[in-house]
Amino acid sequence: MTLSCPSVRRRLSPLLGRLSPLLGRLFARRIVLAATLVLLLVVIVAVAYPWLSGVDPNAMHPSLRLRAPNAGHWAGTDELGRDVMSRIVYGARYSLLIGFMTAAGAVLLGTALGILAGFFRRVDGLLMRIVDAMMSFPDILLGIALVSIFGGSLWNVILALVIVYTPRVARVVRASTLVLKELLFVDAARALGVRTHGILLRHILPNLISPILVQATFCFAHAILAEAALSFLGVGVPPEIPTWGTMIAGSIEYSDRAFWTIFSPGLAIVVTALALQVLGDGVRDMLDPKLKRAT
Amino acid sequence: MLRFLIVRLAGALLVLALVAVIVFMLTRLAAGDPVALLLGDQASIADIAKVRAQYGLDQPLPAQFVLWLGQLLHGNLGQSLFLQQPVTQALLDRAEPTLLLAFFAVAIAALIGIPAGMAAAIWRGSAADQVFSSLAMLGASVPSFWLGLTLIQVFAVKLGWFPSSGYGDPTASFGERLQHLLLPAIVLGLVNSALIIRFTRAAMLDILGEDYVRTARAKGLAEGTVMFKHVLRNSLVPIVTVLGLTMAVMIGGTVVTETVFNLPGVGNLVVRAVLRRDYPVIQGALLVIAAIYVFINFSIDIIYTLVDPRIRLETSA
Repeated sequence: MTLSCPSVRRRLSPLLGRLSPLLGRLFARRIVLAATLVLLLVVIVAVAYPWLSGVDPNAMHPSLRLRAPNAGHWAGTDELGRDVMSRIVYGARYSLLIGFMTAAGAVLLGTALGILAGFFRRVDGLLMRIVDAMMSFPDILLGIALVSIFGGSLWNVILALVIVYTPRVARVVRASTLVLKELLFVDAARALGVRTHGILLRHILPNLISPILVQATFCFAHAILAEAALSFLGVGVPPEIPTWGTMIAGSIEYSDRAFWTIFSPGLAIVVTALALQVLGDGVRDMLDPKLKRAT
Repeated sequence: MLRFLIVRLAGALLVLALVAVIVFMLTRLAAGDPVALLLGDQASIADIAKVRAQYGLDQPLPAQFVLWLGQLLHGNLGQSLFLQQPVTQALLDRAEPTLLLAFFAVAIAALIGIPAGMAAAIWRGSAADQVFSSLAMLGASVPSFWLGLTLIQVFAVKLGWFPSSGYGDPTASFGERLQHLLLPAIVLGLVNSALIIRFTRAAMLDILGEDYVRTARAKGLAEGTVMFKHVLRNSLVPIVTVLGLTMAVMIGGTVVTETVFNLPGVGNLVVRAVLRRDYPVIQGALLVIAAIYVFINFSIDIIYTLVDPRIRLETSA
């Protein structure tokens, strides 16, 4: 107890003071700063869309169908005469929701399983063999099998993707836990009488933040890509929900005549996924003491 | 060494057994009744019961599992509900495009990824490193089906350099079939080169930091000799590993690409099976693909230990 009190105080009071040098290091690479700004922009535009534009993303204008990009419709119109640009912005809400929920779910479950496997030898063997077994299925293949079982709805796709990515997170967290539990401060805490759950929550978990954050950004990016692939294969989110994936899937028949209906939603995926991965890489560099470079 | 082999083999077999359990559970948990789907809504209850009995679907779950596993060990993956042929045959019929596609894609990915990753590591921090590392990140952010659709538009539709889809007519020569595989292989190779660039770069950087590299430099060897004799040769093991892993991942990655290019491969088969709930086909394909993955992983493990005795020492210590 005496050991954890000062550490709690230190953690609470000058949180910002400790955070700012970290952020400074994170944004020292300009590309990471750019990626963060892009992500912020995507989120803000997606959330604020109804206040920014009066164009209804679902309004159909049969007379305006399959128009190439022009001044009135920056990204053209699709096969039902809907404005592609406003659908991309509107679709961002769903694509980001799927990415975020998948990352959150996989990180929560994967962290819990990974800590258990890393800390308790008795469950480790079986748990990791199950993780190995899950990871021997290619992610898209496991994804379509799961969605076909659950049925194609927004939340079922998220559930399927959580199941796909949880083992990946669990494996990384387990590896870090194995290293952490051998360190002196864990022995010290135990010697001072801290209970096992206290060690796990107060001593192991906070030290796992770095790998967890990195995994979260990568899961986020991969989930957006996987959702698009599932929708493209026809086993994803129902077509009436405009995600970037369903937009491409819906216009696929018109790809020869109106390629912009497919190109621009895809570009939105690329930009978002790229920004997320750059940010993930930046976080890894920031939190990894071995990589403290000249920056 | 023998003990190590046995332990690893037992581990791989355990994973395979778990894979079988997962595959079985997945398809049995599914909501739709395949038999009702197969017979249509005109079928009588008695008809449905008869077909269910025929496929063993009327037995309790554990009994179904034992039945299925027994057949499995005889190489029998069951009968497709829709294709009127055994699953094994359906998979074999469609293996050629998938295996060739995976092979060419790995070759392309390696041709791009290994030199780029090496250059990025050797000239770390240089413009080349930044370009290749950014390309690697970009490759990991591009949906392969979208890249495929885009390249079809540019190179097949606009320029007419490649056939846009399919695998040629059934009588097409091997050369013609290869022509149909070229663009899909480029797409899959480009996307997967990202992984190889990152991995090669990391492996090379590890080795560049080793003591023996410093020693080689300290004793005055020419930089070229250090690179080729000490760094390159030692980085071959991790690079071969990532090639094996890419091959394993690729077989799953072909699912999407085959659909984009309408190639009659295993991936295409699975997607169709999923859309009409053809459980035996889904089961069989998942099982075979996962087994290939486990096998490749196991082989890599063994090769790794044969080539680098340090790993064995670490695990036995």
